[in-house]
Amino acid sequence: MSLSSNQHLRRYLWPCAGLLVLFIINAIISPEFFHIEFKDGRFYGSLIDVLNRAAPVALLAIGMALVIATAGVDLSVGSIMAIAGAVSAYFITKGVDSLALIIGAGLVAGLIAGIINGFLVGYMSIQPIVATLILMVAGRGIAQLINEGQIVTFDHPGFAFLGTGSFLGLPFPVVLVIITFAIVQLLTRRTALGLYIEAVGANPSASRYIGLNEKAIKMSVYCVAAVCAALAGMIAAADIRGSDANNAGLWLELDAILAVVIGGASLMGGRFSILLAIIGALIIQTLTVTIILSGIPPKYNLLIKATAIILVLLLQSPLFQKQLSQLKFWKNKKEMNNA
Amino acid sequence: MLNRKFIPLTITCCLFFLLFGIGSVQFEGFGSTQVFFNLFSDNAFLIIAAVGMTFVILSGGIDLSVGAVIALTGVVCSVLISRYQLHPLIVFPIVLIGGTIFGAIMGAIIHYYKMQPFIVTLAGMFFARGLASVISEESIPIEHEFYNQVSAFGFEVLGGAWIGSSTIICLVVLVIAIITAHYTRFGGRVYAIGGDANSAALMGIPLAQTTIRIYAISAFLASLAGIVYSFYTFSGYSLAAVGVELDAIAAVVIGGTLLTGGYGYMFGTLMGVLIMGVVQTYISFDGTLSSWWTKIVIGLLLFCFIALQQLLIKTTPR
Repeated sequence: MSLSSNQHLRRYLWPCAGLLVLFIINAIISPEFFHIEFKDGRFYGSLIDVLNRAAPVALLAIGMALVIATAGVDLSVGSIMAIAGAVSAYFITKGVDSLALIIGAGLVAGLIAGIINGFLVGYMSIQPIVATLILMVAGRGIAQLINEGQIVTFDHPGFAFLGTGSFLGLPFPVVLVIITFAIVQLLTRRTALGLYIEAVGANPSASRYIGLNEKAIKMSVYCVAAVCAALAGMIAAADIRGSDANNAGLWLELDAILAVVIGGASLMGGRFSILLAIIGALIIQTLTVTIILSGIPPKYNLLIKATAIILVLLLQSPLFQKQLSQLKFWKNKKEMNNA
Repeated sequence: MLNRKFIPLTITCCLFFLLFGIGSVQFEGFGSTQVFFNLFSDNAFLIIAAVGMTFVILSGGIDLSVGAVIALTGVVCSVLISRYQLHPLIVFPIVLIGGTIFGAIMGAIIHYYKMQPFIVTLAGMFFARGLASVISEESIPIEHEFYNQVSAFGFEVLGGAWIGSSTIICLVVLVIAIITAHYTRFGGRVYAIGGDANSAALMGIPLAQTTIRIYAISAFLASLAGIVYSFYTFSGYSLAAVGVELDAIAAVVIGGTLLTGGYGYMFGTLMGVLIMGVVQTYISFDGTLSSWWTKIVIGLLLFCFIALQQLLIKTTPR
């Protein structure tokens, strides 16, 4: 038992340490980094900004963590963001005033997309990369179709609250992430669902033999991922008070996958931690802030990100860990010889 | 009765001629050799990139870095030619070798560290685009006599159609790729790894060497595609060719290659690109349909072909 709880702690150690190191670097570069102010009923500060900016990716990462736990991947979440934003913008510009209806429509659009993905992966057993590639390509087309090729802007204070409002002093997107996290965490860790998801990812045929409905479980994780994406898409649309089918959520699916991977999940499936995925999203956003604060031109952003990803991936690889320890071994041996 | 293994390829070919036929009946000037050969010259870079992607997918992998490598190649070419005044014929070998090494490194990481091709090439994509934007964020024009000569080179064939240098390059690449994939030992190894990597290893196929070569070839062809791309644009831009990797994957799938690897034909990939080209041409001839319909139609086509593949796998007698 002590071993397993040890391993459990070790999983949290690296991502948390990474985030902490980034925080410290930021604090050294810019002493105001940890400064938080309370003004007009809400908190202001770099740290709050990081949380706020990380919210859409964190939402995507919550869903993506579940999908990756089943050994799948969802490439379509960026396009689903665009669709949900377009659908809610459509309803607002058509004169619908009820906030519940607008948000509901966006979520339903996401759910439909999730059902399509889940059907293709679960019931037609198409490889997840490819199955979700279909909606990734077609989804942006559909969003543009809804927007009729325009960037649709709108003015709806209630809906804009999703992106720019605040609740208990926190930016509302952050509150949404916390609520979503709580719901998904309760569903997966206080019921057997989380165990089922991990079982399907670890060994699909074994889980089928013990009577798990593998197809339905896959369907459900793609639906959760798509609904999270729809929520993120509406936050993004509310933030800019408009729906831009071309750029909403562009490449965010990759950030979401990276967040989950940085959080220590294996792409082969079998285990997940939603908290770690959110920490992964925070690491990505903090890294971006670090790059800005340190005065490195933003054009280095991608290169640094790519190097960080490769490093994280290598550190996770058992062979690389072995090579590293061998390196230490040789060094020790040399020192012993010298002595 | 038609051999089962040719069914997807046959359907792809029939679909191409059907779409081309519909266009020809509907619009004046559609059914000409000019439009047909334009499909090649407009999509030459995509055909070259998709040929590389076919090798990767045949081996059961995937390469998401293609579009980024195309952009990086363009940027490096334009910087070396316009800023350092090097002759394109010196620059091309440099970028091709650089691209090949880039691909080989990705292949080595995939093989030796047992990582999923998907995530390694994703990191490669970020890396290549990042490097391109570090070199230059602005689009750099290429002004060189050689470029003008290359783009002017070509000859006319019957019906007033023009076969340009990019068409010639892509056809040469295609022929070499067909021979490599179907008639060489290397080609056989690619199929074997895609069919079952474990059995391939047990048969004595050098997995490391073959995997590294496959990704090196894909990146080499992506660099070549980048050079051809710069013949159209006369410039290098770090945000060029965004999403080309997805177009290439779509073309390979529509061409009838199984995404799980081990089954498919180079020729199918050509037909896949041509089908996507016909859809685009149709939409531009029509004029009332908006360009985003292209994405939706390609998404639908992708779905149909993947569903067809699943159907064929399920009904295959074992």
